[in-house]
Amino acid sequence: MPVAASAIYFLNLRGDVLINRLYRDDVGGNMVDAFRTHIMQTKELGTCPVRQIGGCSFFYMRISNVYIVIVVSNNANVACAFKFVVEAVALFRSYFGGAFDEDAIRNNFVLIYELLDEIMDFGYPQNLSPEILKLYITQEGVRSPFSSKPSDRPVPNATLQVTGAVGWRREGLVYKKNEVFLDIVESVNLLMSSKGSVLRCDVTGKILMKCFLSGMPDLKLGLNDKIGLEKEAQLKSRPAKSGKSIELDDVTFHQCVNLTRFNSEKTVSFVPPDGEFELMKYRITEGVNLPFKVLPTIKELGRSRIEVNVKVKSVFGAKMFALGVVVKIPVPKQTAKTNFTVTSGRAKYNASIDSLVWKIRKFPGQTESTLSAEVELISTTTEKKSWTRPPIQMEFQVPMFTASGLRVRFLKVWEKSGYNTVEWVRYITKAGSYEIRC
Amino acid sequence: MSRNDSKYFSTTKKGEIPELKEELNSQYKDKRKDAVKKVIAAMTVGKDVSSLFTDVVNCMQTENLELKKLVYLYLINYAKSQPDLAILAVNTFVKDSQDPNPLIRALAVRTMGCIRVDKITEYLCDPLQRCLKDDDPYVRKTAAICVAKLYDINAELVEDRGFLDSLKDLISDNNPMVVANAVAALAEIQDNSSRPIFELTSTTLTKLLTALNECTEWGQVFILDALSRYKAADAREAENIVERVTPRLQHANCAVVLSSVKMILQQMELITSTDVVRNLCKKMAPPLVTLLSAEPEIQYVALRNINLIVQRRPTILAHEIKVFFCKYNDPIYVKMEKLEIMIKLASDRNIDQVLLEFKEYATEVDVDFVRKAVRAIGRCAIKLERAAERCISVLLELIKIKVNYVVQEAIIVIKDIFRRYPNTYESIIATLCENLDTLDEPEAKASMIWIIGEYAERIDNADELLESFLENFPEEPAQVQLQLLTATVKLFLKKPTEGPQQMIQVVLNNATAETDNPDLRDRAYIYWRLLSTDPEAAKDVVLAEKPVITDDSNQLDPSLLDELLVNIATLSSVYHKPPDAFVTRTHSLAQKTEDGDYPEGDEIGYSESHANPANGAASPPSSSYSVPASVAPASPPPSALVPDLLGDLMGMDDSVVPLDQTATPAGPALPIVLPASTGQGLQISAQLTRQDGQIFYSMLFENSTQVPLDGFMIQFNKNTFGLAAAGPLQVPQLQPGTSTRTLLPMVLFQNMSQGPPNSLLQVAVKNNQQPMWYFNDKFSFHVLFTEDGKMERSTFLETWRSLPDSNEVSKDFPDIVVGGVDVTLDLLAASNVFFIAKRKNANQDVFYFSAKIPRGTPLLVELTTVVGNPGVKCAIKTPSPEMSAFFFEAIETLLRS
Repeated sequence: MPVAASAIYFLNLRGDVLINRLYRDDVGGNMVDAFRTHIMQTKELGTCPVRQIGGCSFFYMRISNVYIVIVVSNNANVACAFKFVVEAVALFRSYFGGAFDEDAIRNNFVLIYELLDEIMDFGYPQNLSPEILKLYITQEGVRSPFSSKPSDRPVPNATLQVTGAVGWRREGLVYKKNEVFLDIVESVNLLMSSKGSVLRCDVTGKILMKCFLSGMPDLKLGLNDKIGLEKEAQLKSRPAKSGKSIELDDVTFHQCVNLTRFNSEKTVSFVPPDGEFELMKYRITEGVNLPFKVLPTIKELGRSRIEVNVKVKSVFGAKMFALGVVVKIPVPKQTAKTNFTVTSGRAKYNASIDSLVWKIRKFPGQTESTLSAEVELISTTTEKKSWTRPPIQMEFQVPMFTASGLRVRFLKVWEKSGYNTVEWVRYITKAGSYEIRC
Repeated sequence: MSRNDSKYFSTTKKGEIPELKEELNSQYKDKRKDAVKKVIAAMTVGKDVSSLFTDVVNCMQTENLELKKLVYLYLINYAKSQPDLAILAVNTFVKDSQDPNPLIRALAVRTMGCIRVDKITEYLCDPLQRCLKDDDPYVRKTAAICVAKLYDINAELVEDRGFLDSLKDLISDNNPMVVANAVAALAEIQDNSSRPIFELTSTTLTKLLTALNECTEWGQVFILDALSRYKAADAREAENIVERVTPRLQHANCAVVLSSVKMILQQMELITSTDVVRNLCKKMAPPLVTLLSAEPEIQYVALRNINLIVQRRPTILAHEIKVFFCKYNDPIYVKMEKLEIMIKLASDRNIDQVLLEFKEYATEVDVDFVRKAVRAIGRCAIKLERAAERCISVLLELIKIKVNYVVQEAIIVIKDIFRRYPNTYESIIATLCENLDTLDEPEAKASMIWIIGEYAERIDNADELLESFLENFPEEPAQVQLQLLTATVKLFLKKPTEGPQQMIQVVLNNATAETDNPDLRDRAYIYWRLLSTDPEAAKDVVLAEKPVITDDSNQLDPSLLDELLVNIATLSSVYHKPPDAFVTRTHSLAQKTEDGDYPEGDEIGYSESHANPANGAASPPSSSYSVPASVAPASPPPSALVPDLLGDLMGMDDSVVPLDQTATPAGPALPIVLPASTGQGLQISAQLTRQDGQIFYSMLFENSTQVPLDGFMIQFNKNTFGLAAAGPLQVPQLQPGTSTRTLLPMVLFQNMSQGPPNSLLQVAVKNNQQPMWYFNDKFSFHVLFTEDGKMERSTFLETWRSLPDSNEVSKDFPDIVVGGVDVTLDLLAASNVFFIAKRKNANQDVFYFSAKIPRGTPLLVELTTVVGNPGVKCAIKTPSPEMSAFFFEAIETLLRS
């Protein structure tokens, strides 16, 4: 059964119900007590997000300081339930202007009740697009008490748009200047062994779009991906250009993208929602350009001293630079004193995460930087267990660089009024989980 | 952008309810609206504001949509506690369902469907009929779901009023969202009905596949889930379907992806072309991998499903093992699942990489994860013969780290490796022996002892090593004691010198005289007998070659796997259990569960028609247990293997009851427990019975030997209920060709055995002419039901409510028919199962009974059946749920008789 929920609860960290909605009658109103006593107040919390207690199953997620708990009594679709929670939270954020926490829920409880009634019926998720819901659920964040018009003015087209084939865009939008912003954001995930061999490496990228376009435009996006290029060449019956092309392992698209067409023609064509949205996600595992190489040497000298030496090399173009580089080098819990020298940036010892934190604000391409440190430990007699070395972790952002080499070749906008569009494209690569074992 | 609704939560000094009442009746609109918000705020924090019902309902007729929604929300929550007042709202609902604004029409229908009050339901029909044919798709999609709601409340009404046909018409609707909701509603109704309602034909299939391209992400999930039940006619049709579904794999919504995978896997079973299958496998891999970059909770669901998928189609992810490598910051539940999949995907090609990973994990902080990583190495060794040596060297490296739990875990898996590859890796035993003193967990100790015993001839100081364990023999847990016993015997057989001889004396003494554990005692007796009678036979038995174990990392049973694959993305696929193992109640029963907010529900619960004892209970009466279809009979005592060696085993016990010389009259036929063929001409039939509140062992002896038999004695082995003879067995001298009956009075709680409960009676009977006879008698549990088991209704309800849900167990008997109600009730009453109440639920009858077993343990029973039709569902709640399996056997016996 595609039912996703019989009841949904929003709890704070103490377990108080902030708001709840029962969608079906097959779970009692007090099932949340079972959740509190069997999960929240035990060590179970956080060990497994799907649990059965009595005849009911609980799915829960923590988002900031709120637990969102879904209760069902039948063989519900768990994937659907979790996705629903994720989407619902995104919807709430969009209504509240970003924040989603205990206070935001208390301050907007009437609105949340209204949304909960709309986005799920009898446990079946309905339309969750913020764009459309904002058409007719209009409890604007702050409304002046002197506002003349009440919000119950019927919206003529709302219902058609909720259920329409283009359920994510409303009609009749007009912009003076038609603009599209494309952000290609890539996260590099790396797991490297202490000897420098790459254990796992992939890039998860997403294309974020901000559209300010009039009417109902049709868009078509061209990338330098291998399959797309080949298909295009085949259609135009000429050999593919020899330029660099990349192989996408997997792509997933926003619901506005016509999947059947993608499947047959390999083109990304869509009618975009208005404003900001995530057009697509992709993953690449072959031919990843790692922006940084890290060479750690950590020596344990006797039982009370450790010598740390970490060299970081930037391997992207010399004209580019990375911003906000942070290298976290783990040290044992019983660290007493640290001395270090760095060739650039600043380092300090952070006892709460048992790490040396080395920050470099701006890191130019094709350069290297070194940290050498001496760590003194409190010598303990009881600690027989050897230090389990957690990996070195790294954070960074490299603007105008894509680890995958992905490029936007074109973005065509077609609308029946035939206006001109300005397109802006930006690239940025960030660190995902960039870990180097040591 | 933030509102400040939190002000509605603040309370005033004046009494809250009267003040709210006043404000709700204010002449100013804004004040009324604020008052309703305060009421809702109070409801949210769990205050009872049901007394304001009339005042809130008065605010319902408003033009303000926001206010209307709040009032509706209030109604959904409190209508059930005020069913009579809820009628007041009906007029507004009906009016609203004809409002020019489609949002209001839909809202009215949606809300009415959520109010589960019978009287309102009747008024719902006409508006629903209209709304199903509404011009606006928003209203139609809401009405479609409302049919499912109504079916849940009153299935007959839905069928009588033809809503099902209207719903089926909506499948052809031109709006894809209406189609999707109609499909969801129909699929749910079908799930709860035994009649075919929603049959998937190839025309529906085509329609739905077309709608699939156009509807919302959620609608796609509804349609894909419904279609996964579709059975394609042939490979060609299956290929067509798959072709239409594969584009969905690119969807950003994980639920759409998993439901597509489910559908594709179903159809793949029919596809014969290996090329197509290979191609599909290739297409499914990337989307599955992408799921692992979602939120950790979604990753968990994906991983549990991937675990199933790779069991059926190992090729899909064969090259993707790297994506399952654990990240340092993954939550523990994700790491554990990844590890499981890594073992499944490990192959000769990637094992080196995998081993490096496992080794890394084995040095992490989380103890459970480390243990699992060590075990994973062992499982890979067992699975991949060519990699076994590398696995072992990693294990040895880990042992050298000397982290206590790593060492113990390593020893446990090494024992398994020895079982898998005998006579291959014994050279490492010396390293293992260095770590004896660190072992403190039973499983690790038992494993190490097993290794010492098995390879006693290769370990020079095996006797010393074992001796060090023997010092604490009485304090050790059972599994260690058993291993010690066996290992000592092995040692003795391999090195029959003085040292081991003394050790074996000590162990056998300890294991026979000073233990309560029947397994240990029996095993010790066997060894003792074997050793004293025939040491060569002992060698054959104890040192026999063991069968080689195999890899169990693909552990799911194929038929179970099939069932789980149909349920991809659902709870069933996460639990790895079929749905009926955890969905215990049908919805028709569950709907009677009262909401805990309404304590007054308790007052009305006891009429014949409404006697669900769970009303107002702490939580819905559902149970988390599934009962195994049959209780495995206790394994026969080891004596059955070599009976002739055991001679007077039980004769050692000096409490044997002598027989006397009285006869008893004949009675009904008894089941044969010792056939004449086994008893060298003596046949014994026996059964445990209950007469006048007393338990008897009713026995029939038939002598077809050539000699008179006399001096009968009987002895019962320790058993779960401690049944023992209350007096001597009274059997006269039995002439050849004659028979005699006797009733042996029994007592309870004399000679109780520990361990898992069972209903097996192990009996030994002796006479002066023949050897001792042993037989097993499986008695029926109902003889234990006492005459004082009758309960008052109120006591029954109280007891039911006081017991936690975890004490409830239920079982289905699909083929039992309850013919006549009165006959059945009399029959049950005769066996001390007392009738309490009965109620009707749809077409089913629900009966409640009580019974009591000795020591005052009550058994509360609920039987659900359709009189005259096969199928009985029995649920039982008791402080000792471990007894429930016997109860089910008993009730089955009673109902069948």
